[in-house]
Amino acid sequence: MSQGLTEIRWHGRGGQGAKTAALLLADVAFSVGKYIQGFPEYGPERMGAPITAFDRISDKEIRVHSNIYEPDYVVVVDETLLHSIDVTAGLSEEGGILINTSKTPGEVRPLLNGYKGKVYTLDARKISMETLGKYFPNMPLLAGIVKVSGVMDTWVFYAEMEKSLKHKFAKKPEVFDGNMLAIRRALEEVV
Amino acid sequence: MGLKTADINEHTPWQDLTTGLQIFEPATSKMFHTGEWRTNTPVVDWSKCRQCLLCVPYCPDSCIAVKDGKREDFDLDHCKGCGICVKACPFNAISMKEGK
Amino acid sequence: MGIKERMSGNEAVAYAMKQVNPDVMPAFPITPSTELPQFVANYISNGQMDTEFIPVESEHSSMSAAIGAEAAGARTMTATSSCGLAFMWEVLYVAASNRLPLAMAVVNRALSGPININAEHSDSMGARDSGWLQIYAETNQEAYDNWIQAYRISEHKDVLLPIMICQDGFITSHAVQNIELIEDEKVKAFVGEYKPEHYLLNTNETMAIGPYANGPYCMEAKRAQAQGMINAKQVILDVAAEFASISGRKYGLFEEYFLEDADYALVAIGSACGNIKDAVDELRAKGIKAGLLKVRVFRPFPGEEMAEALRHCKVVAIMDRAESYSSQGGPLGAELMAAMYRAGVTSKAINVIYGLNGRDMTVSMVEDIYAHLAEIDKRGLRSEDHYNYIGLRDKEVR
Repeated sequence: MSQGLTEIRWHGRGGQGAKTAALLLADVAFSVGKYIQGFPEYGPERMGAPITAFDRISDKEIRVHSNIYEPDYVVVVDETLLHSIDVTAGLSEEGGILINTSKTPGEVRPLLNGYKGKVYTLDARKISMETLGKYFPNMPLLAGIVKVSGVMDTWVFYAEMEKSLKHKFAKKPEVFDGNMLAIRRALEEVV
Repeated sequence: MGLKTADINEHTPWQDLTTGLQIFEPATSKMFHTGEWRTNTPVVDWSKCRQCLLCVPYCPDSCIAVKDGKREDFDLDHCKGCGICVKACPFNAISMKEGK
Repeated sequence: MGIKERMSGNEAVAYAMKQVNPDVMPAFPITPSTELPQFVANYISNGQMDTEFIPVESEHSSMSAAIGAEAAGARTMTATSSCGLAFMWEVLYVAASNRLPLAMAVVNRALSGPININAEHSDSMGARDSGWLQIYAETNQEAYDNWIQAYRISEHKDVLLPIMICQDGFITSHAVQNIELIEDEKVKAFVGEYKPEHYLLNTNETMAIGPYANGPYCMEAKRAQAQGMINAKQVILDVAAEFASISGRKYGLFEEYFLEDADYALVAIGSACGNIKDAVDELRAKGIKAGLLKVRVFRPFPGEEMAEALRHCKVVAIMDRAESYSSQGGPLGAELMAAMYRAGVTSKAINVIYGLNGRDMTVSMVEDIYAHLAEIDKRGLRSEDHYNYIGLRDKEVR
C-alpha cells in the first residue's frame, strides 16, 4: 500500500457479479470523496468462466491504467476458483485475502500456495440466502472487504450505503431492508 | 451565396474553387456544350415532319425543345449526334449528315 | 464550478453527446463502442435528448446515413470501433472530401486478426489519411472534454472537416473513474447552434454536393481540403483556449510532462500516457531527467511543434500502439521522425511498438524503456534499436 493508494483484485465467475461488486466499491469510495478506478479485466465475459475485476482507491489522482498485479487485497467471490486460479499471485503479505466460504480461515489457508498474509472468510451465501432469499454475494462481500481493507470507516460506509440503497430501492422497501441487514451481518461476521 | 459556376473554369486556382466543389445553382450542364463532341448531325425535313413529337421523349440529351405544341429545331449546343431521333421518327423526317 | 461524478469513458462521451444533443445519430453496434448508441437511445427514449436515432444494418450504412444527414444540414454524430471503422473506409473519404463536419466517437480497438476486442490504435491509424481530424484522449475526462470541443473545431468555416474523437477501448471506455462534468447551459452556450452556410434542405438555395470532377479540378479540390487540415491547428488551439475558460482545463496540440529539461523522452498517444507519467515521477525522484510528450491531436499532425519540443532531448522513444507492417515501425514513429529530420533535430530516436491487442504496458516496462534510452545515450544508436517491441515474449532478450 503506497501513498494512500489501495489496490484490490476480485476473482469471480462470469455472471456472479464480481465486476458489479468492484464497481459498487468504486462507487461508494467515490461518494466519500476518494479518487477511484473500477474496471473489469478487459475482454469478453462468459457465464461461469473465471473473471477478474479491479479497484484502485486513492487520496490522490489515479493515472495508471494497468491491471493490478500486486494487489493489497484480493476478494474471492467463488471458492471453487481456489483450485484453478492462483488467487494470491502478487498479493501483498501486509494486506490480505477475503474468501466467500463457510469454512474458517485456517481451513482454506492450505489452498493458498503458502500465502503468509491475513486470510479472512465470510459466508456470503448464507447471509445472502437468509437476508435476501437469493444468492447475491455482492453486498456481503462489499461490506466485508470495506471492513477488512479499511479503505473507509465502516460507519461512514454503512451510512453511505443506506443513503444510496434507499434511493435505488425507493419502491422496494423489503429489498432495502434485506440489503442493509446483509451489510450489517457481513460487517459483524467477517473473520 | 457561393461562387457562380460560370466564374469557375480550368484556369481557376485552388483557392477560388467552392468548398468541396459544391455547386449552388441548378442546370449547370447547360453551360457545358456537349454538342462539341458530335461527329454526325441530325437534320429535319420540315416537309415530312407531322409534329407528332415522338422524337422529343426519345432524345437522351433533351435537345428537342417544344414550344406552343410544336417541336423546334435541334439544340446543337448539346446534341451529341446519337441518331436515336432518326430511328424514332415514324415519317422518316430526320436524317443524319456527316460532320457538325 | 463543475459537477464531480464518476463515469466510464463511454458513459462520459455519451453524457457529452446528450449535452451537445446533435440532430441525427445513425449507428451500428460494435464492441467496445456499443454502449454509446445504447446510452444515447436511452437518453432519447427518456426524453432527455431529441436526436433522431437511425438504426442501420452496417457501418457502411451508418457513415453513409451520417453523410446524408450532415449534407442535408443536420448536426450529425456516430460511433464505432475496429472492423466497424474499417467497414466505413470508402465513405470516410466521401465525408471528408465533401467537407462535412460530422463527429464520430472512435473507441479504439484492434483490427483483425487475430480477431480480438482489445485496445489498439490500428483502426483509427489506418484511417489517418482519410482526411478526418483526429483527437485522442488519455482519460475519461479528456474523452468527454474532446467531444464537447469537437463540433466547434469541425464546423469552423476555415476547417469544415469531419472529426474523430478517440479513446482506448476498455482501458478508458469501460473503466469507471472520477470526472468533472460541465453544466448543461455552459456546454450549450459553448457549442452553439449549428448554422451551416450551405445545406441541401435549404429552400432558398439550390445545391449539389459531391459532383463528379474531372482532371482539371480534382487536384485543386484536394489541395483546398488539405488547407482545411492546415487551418485546423490554430482553430483547435483557439477552441481549447475558450474551453479552458468554461472548464478550467487546458488543452493544446500535445501535452508536455516534465519535457522541458528532459534528457530522455517518450512520445505516446492515449491511456498509456498515465502509466508513463507515473514512471516519470519515479525516475525524477531518482534524479533521472525523464519526460513525456503526449500526442493529443494526430490530424492535423503537429510535426514542427513536437520536433521543437523534443529538440533538446538526448534520446527519444516514439511509442506506437499500432503496427504499420512497413518493416520500419509504426505510424507515429514514421511521421514524427520525418518531422524531426525536417526540423534538423539531432536527438537520437527509436520507435517502440507496445500494447497491441490491449497488452498491458506496466510502469516498470516504461522504466525499462527509459533505462534503454540512457544506455543508447552512452553506447550510441545501433541498427537493432530502431524499431522494436516491448512486453513481447521473445527468445532473444534485448
